[in-house]
Amino acid sequence: MISYVRRFSRTERTLHWVNAVCFLYLLGTGLILYLPSLSIAVGRRPLIKTMHFWGGVTWVSLLVVIALLGDRRGLVRTAREIERLDEDRFNVGQKVNAILNAAFTILFLVSGLLLWLGERDTRFRFASTVILHDGLMFAALTLLVGHLYLALIHPATRHSLRGMALGEVREDWARVHYPRWRPVWQSGERRSARRTS
Amino acid sequence: MPEQPDGRRYGRGLFLATVAGGLSSLYWGKSVWGKVSAATGGVESLVPLVPHGWRIYTISGTMPTFDPVTWRLNIGGLVHDGTSMDYERLRSLPRANQVSTFHCVTGWTVKNVQWGGVRLKDVFDVVKPMPEAHAVEFFSAEEPYTDYLTMDQALLPDVMLAYEMNGKPLPREHGAPVRLIIPDMYGYKNVKWLNTINLVPAAENGYWENLGYDRDAWVGHSNGYG
Repeated sequence: MISYVRRFSRTERTLHWVNAVCFLYLLGTGLILYLPSLSIAVGRRPLIKTMHFWGGVTWVSLLVVIALLGDRRGLVRTAREIERLDEDRFNVGQKVNAILNAAFTILFLVSGLLLWLGERDTRFRFASTVILHDGLMFAALTLLVGHLYLALIHPATRHSLRGMALGEVREDWARVHYPRWRPVWQSGERRSARRTS
Repeated sequence: MPEQPDGRRYGRGLFLATVAGGLSSLYWGKSVWGKVSAATGGVESLVPLVPHGWRIYTISGTMPTFDPVTWRLNIGGLVHDGTSMDYERLRSLPRANQVSTFHCVTGWTVKNVQWGGVRLKDVFDVVKPMPEAHAVEFFSAEEPYTDYLTMDQALLPDVMLAYEMNGKPLPREHGAPVRLIIPDMYGYKNVKWLNTINLVPAAENGYWENLGYDRDAWVGHSNGYG
């Protein structure tokens, strides 16, 4: 009999997967604009620029809408959990990753809007905007590679993918990897835990 | 669970510091990146996909292609001897070489680009401009891209029609077979895929100037910079 414990709420999982899909879409379209070899192979720069810009607007808008329509109190609790750089439901590395990605989202949005506005009005034009936007891409890509390795490949950690896909992880795995985490079910609310055979 | 003030401060501090550092880099990013890029230039060149400073900007769906058999550079307008020269004839004009820096108005810069080509003065010697010609209109095969220089700007000593870049024929993505190079102005004045040059009475707005960019695009002194 395997015991499972809930690790991620539906709102958290929705935010994660929407963020993942949008980021990969923006990475793809952005690399076509950024890398000369892809720019040459694909062409259609005006179309790709439009797709990239509106993809970015959609990305941030969806995150806001999901947060507003979802479990807002739960998200606030999660934010407070993450900003304490100690080990509980997440380890310190996961918290740093989440904090940096949140900051990068704001910086991607600001620099992307400045690039778009700067083409239309010199008041929004800064010599370093494109360097910030590109630098963020490299930094976010580095985090993504590490995240994908731990979530998909590394044997000890890849079980966490189940948590982000279905919401629950094995209790014995959680006890080993997050010994300081005190899930809700341990305080008596067993409805958040599910036993399966 | 009781709050842990120290832990909270570090997490929120990391978030705020990252956002603040990123936003402030709008002011210091380019100078710092220039130094980093100079220090790591040798490493960058070993990575095939990463752009070594260049970004390829186009305004249409596909880049023009160069066919040496059919390609012509038409030079007309206010001239006595308008011409339509083929690639061989262009290359037979007096050759000029230079190493100059290319600045894009969006912020990126490529230093020490080797250009080979022909000075506009030598082109004008062929077509003999009329006295009332005070500006030059450049047409790209990438329609509807056009731009203008005044005659004074066109005759600056480092302005050229470049058909070679870094010792090789100008690549397609950089405007093959010939592009305008004016290092003192931002890249959008450096018209790629040139196919027509007209001498005209006065400069007007080109493609990007119709979208709000400055007609006199001096590096560091136009488009909101300087």
